[in-house]
Amino acid sequence: MTSLPSNDALAVMQGICGLSIKWIDFAYIVASIFFIFGIKMLGKVHTARRGNMVSSIGMLIAVLATALYVGIDYTWILAGIVVGSAIGVIAAKRVAMTAMPEMVALFNGFGGLASLLVGWAEYERIMHFPVAEGGDRWAAYLAHAQTEYYFINIVTWLTIWIGGITFTGSMLAYLKLAGKVSGSPVVFKGQKIINALVAGAMILAIVPQCLIVDPSASYFAVVATIVLSLAIGILGVLPIGGGDMPVIISLLNSFSGLAAAAAGFVIGNTVLIVAGCLVGSSGFILTLIMCKAMNRNLYNVLFSGFGAADQTGAKVEGEMKGISVEDAYYVLEAARSVVIIPGYGMAVAQAQHAVKELATRLEENGAEVRYAIHPVAGRMPGHMNVLLAEANVPYEQLVPMDEINASMETVDVALVIGANDVVNPAAVNDPTSPIYGMPIIDAYKARSVFAIKRGKGAGFSGLVNTLYFLEKTRMIYGDAKAVVGELAAAFKEE
Amino acid sequence: MDIAQLIFIFTISAFLGLELIAKIPSQLQTPLMSGSNAISGITIVGAMLATTASGIDPTIVRVLGLVAVILATINVVGGYVVTDRMLAMFKKKEGK
Repeated sequence: MTSLPSNDALAVMQGICGLSIKWIDFAYIVASIFFIFGIKMLGKVHTARRGNMVSSIGMLIAVLATALYVGIDYTWILAGIVVGSAIGVIAAKRVAMTAMPEMVALFNGFGGLASLLVGWAEYERIMHFPVAEGGDRWAAYLAHAQTEYYFINIVTWLTIWIGGITFTGSMLAYLKLAGKVSGSPVVFKGQKIINALVAGAMILAIVPQCLIVDPSASYFAVVATIVLSLAIGILGVLPIGGGDMPVIISLLNSFSGLAAAAAGFVIGNTVLIVAGCLVGSSGFILTLIMCKAMNRNLYNVLFSGFGAADQTGAKVEGEMKGISVEDAYYVLEAARSVVIIPGYGMAVAQAQHAVKELATRLEENGAEVRYAIHPVAGRMPGHMNVLLAEANVPYEQLVPMDEINASMETVDVALVIGANDVVNPAAVNDPTSPIYGMPIIDAYKARSVFAIKRGKGAGFSGLVNTLYFLEKTRMIYGDAKAVVGELAAAFKEE
Repeated sequence: MDIAQLIFIFTISAFLGLELIAKIPSQLQTPLMSGSNAISGITIVGAMLATTASGIDPTIVRVLGLVAVILATINVVGGYVVTDRMLAMFKKKEGK
């Protein structure tokens, strides 16, 4: 990129200082400060919304400064921004709160693909860099861009494969979460070997790309990196079960940041490096925090094929006993202490408002109502908090897992609404279960348990929930929203 | 810019990112993921630079750049709007 001083004053200053100062760098520094404060503020409840605003202002500064600096080609870029903004706003406004996780996955995939394309475009620029007949194209480009041969090849390769994995990985995570493909892990024989071979080939593609100094001859290596990285994104996410998708989305979010940072190296742009790297490292920490909440480590999540068909834990004795809404009402009516344990089923059924209604009725009836929130209930951390907040559930009633478990023995009714793995006692008492060791909400310690469930099948992870087979447990079959609505209506009639 | 300087910036940013969110309440993890996801759309700046005609670039560079601009804009705009929607709900409840 060539330096274009914006005005005479700056040109004079450059002359005096003997430095090549570009005003765009100052704009990027300001944007970076906004990003840093934005992320910091996003981590605290009372500043989170402003933090998001602050970081969006940083983005606006970076985009506007770039547009002014390069003397933008308004027709193409403006068209692109208008189209992208329209799609982004409509998608973000229309999506139901319950479908938020898959929306984030989708956006994330687009970001990854964009980074891949930026890296690819720069490589095309090198391939077509104008040189005199018989001249050295690479030498001309390197002199122009003031960079090094190996460096530019390695960072281009990094940008492409990280971006590619982010794209297809996020798309598959989106499809799994949206239920467009099965959420259960896909495991087949020799899978690990195939994955290792494809990943190895992708990594080795850098060798021919760097060794062949003639750009047009090394082009195949770049194409191979693109194809192999797209394949790895799919192959890597296939064996991961829907229950682990939050961790995967968080990891892919971290990847999309790294892809942007790598693209920043390719085009020598500081703001891409700073912002991308901030997302990359903070996203990685967030991924580890989530893993910890599930008592798993990252290796385990990525490579164990968690919840695959051959890992269903011990056989369960007994049978599930159903109960009618009417009978359930009589028990709830007598209950003094009720704990509601929401899960993804509540999100799917859009039952949060009905749940709030039922809770209000229970309180009017003199019962103490609390909500037990598992850190990874739903498809994303805090998923339940967002949904219940939407239904105006008071913040104080949302009780974290550790706190609620301490008083679970005194609870009359634990009402499980669409939660499954997070209340499965197998995690506590069955060492053969694949989720053994995962912290759960101890619903099985309550005096009685009601579980609202659509059918008799296993949960999202494919595991049998031993809670449902306990003597004190009664199943209420039906759509969560309908059942909760009927329960609330039963209170109203009395 | 000097390659070593770029790597230096990268290293410092990496450690800064690690420090920024050492502790985070679980209800904010989803908005944080979504909000930082919007920031990763910063690649829009790279996409804009690729799309800008320098007079010597072939059409394919501009086409790739244009597609990248559209995708990155969806990432940025959608990401910020979705995050704001999520956080607006927490706000409402706090006001009480």
